[in-house]
Amino acid sequence: MGRIRSVYLLVPLILLTFVSLFLGLKDFPGQARQIIALSRLPRVLSIILAGMSMSIGGLIMQQIAKNRFVSPTTASTVDAAKAGVLASLILFPQASSLGKMVVVFFFALAGTFLFMAILRRIKFKNAVFIPLLGLMLGGIIDSLTTFVAYRYDLIQNINSWLMGNFSMVTQGRYELLYLSLPLLAVAFLFAHQFTIAGLGEEFAVNLGLNYNFIVNLGVTIVALLSALVIITAGRIPFLGLIVPNVASLYYGDNLKASITATALLGSVFLLAADLLGRVIIAPYEIPIGLTVGVLGSMIFLFLIFRSEGR
Amino acid sequence: MIELRQVVKRYGDVNVVDHVSLAIPRGKITSLIGPNGAGKSTLLGVMSRLIKKDGGEVYIDGQELSQWDHCLLSQRVSILRQQNHVDLKLTVRELVSFGRFPYARGSLQKHDWELVDQALEYLKLTDMQDKYIQHLSGGQRQRAFLAMVIAQDTDYILLDEPLNNLDMQHAVEIMRILRSLVNVLGKTIVIVLHDINFASCYSDYIVAMREGRVVQEGDQDLMMNAQVLKNIYNLDFAITEINEQKICVYY
Repeated sequence: MGRIRSVYLLVPLILLTFVSLFLGLKDFPGQARQIIALSRLPRVLSIILAGMSMSIGGLIMQQIAKNRFVSPTTASTVDAAKAGVLASLILFPQASSLGKMVVVFFFALAGTFLFMAILRRIKFKNAVFIPLLGLMLGGIIDSLTTFVAYRYDLIQNINSWLMGNFSMVTQGRYELLYLSLPLLAVAFLFAHQFTIAGLGEEFAVNLGLNYNFIVNLGVTIVALLSALVIITAGRIPFLGLIVPNVASLYYGDNLKASITATALLGSVFLLAADLLGRVIIAPYEIPIGLTVGVLGSMIFLFLIFRSEGR
Repeated sequence: MIELRQVVKRYGDVNVVDHVSLAIPRGKITSLIGPNGAGKSTLLGVMSRLIKKDGGEVYIDGQELSQWDHCLLSQRVSILRQQNHVDLKLTVRELVSFGRFPYARGSLQKHDWELVDQALEYLKLTDMQDKYIQHLSGGQRQRAFLAMVIAQDTDYILLDEPLNNLDMQHAVEIMRILRSLVNVLGKTIVIVLHDINFASCYSDYIVAMREGRVVQEGDQDLMMNAQVLKNIYNLDFAITEINEQKICVYY
């Protein structure tokens, strides 16, 4: 399998960005500039950032949990974040997005650390069992959230918050996502360290790596990235699971070599899924959570059968 | 020098390592031998700081383990344990290059890559350096891990049964490489071995353990003695000399 330099992934990224910006714009003569500035550009930028954030989050999770099927959605990060959304709606209904984001972040962090703590205690480290464990833990958190949301009559509210959807992203409602840029930069800087942590604690200690620091740093980055994406765009399933796996097929697991490709691939995949959702039943839209879910589950099944076949 | 004083490691009520005091001679190969469950691997783990001890002290070049800076210590001591489950898709070259992490922290310089190349060559992995480690046989993978440790270029190299999974040819090859690391580069190697004849032919110093204690230690020549070995293993040994090497027969 020949390696394609990861910078070439910029080509589809730029292409899809242009299509996404200008698609259907000719129906609004004279207003094009305004539409692009207020709606299209924020949408494209937030998709690019969210795509990178979720796939890098998944990549880091998979390395530090030493499991290919772990991601923010299967490690209860996202479910805990949802509980955080509920908590912020009940406790601080007047809070700004940034305020809500802080609450959601701490919930996501707590949920992920809980999962990692359970993982450390478990001796049975089966590749399929661990993500199932994360799903179960997520299910428990989710049912608690639903119970409380029902009491406060907030179920609809919280579901609309979490429906992954970029059509509501307009100028002034997505800028929080820019906070993911410094986080992604940290992830790039520590790429080498994450891979060594992925070799296991004994290897890491032998090589003089501060293992616990790197694991905690990774979990914190993942929780922050997830919280940012959930607050601005909602829940985007499968992305953090699939993109790192596809990138690994071509670029291996040395993060230094694969992290750029993973980030770009995440954006490309999300842009494509978003375009598809906009085109299929135009002039209406399918929420991106749905298109990503359908496309993602197909690729996921393919990956599972592929690994079984070996 | 590595020096142990009254080192204790407990699992539950059992002292797996029971008040062991030991000085590892510099610039030599020291073999740890003894029956299963004697505490050899645990002792090696404690020496390398991978296993936390419950008592006693370990001095590396005169400084206790707890006083050492984590990163500096990894430029001085390296360890390869028995079970190495690595599920990552890494090439042999990438894996070996991680051995330079204690020095280069992520950005390897020309000198680092030279040492990586050298380690690959030492273990005859140059031809397969771009292969993924999961695609290697058990023995090849073992050699790749060893190459990583050699690229780490430490004064002390601790190896826990490195000959596991290796066929005879490669086992002998590895021992010869270790021998030359000691003879040419002046490294100090501590190695847990199961095959008593490998210990006899390739080590300078032998430490015999049983039930968590050091039963006897001494130069290879003195230790390869029927009475001494009987004490350790509870077996009758016949020792003969072939090509000036002491070989035990105990089957």
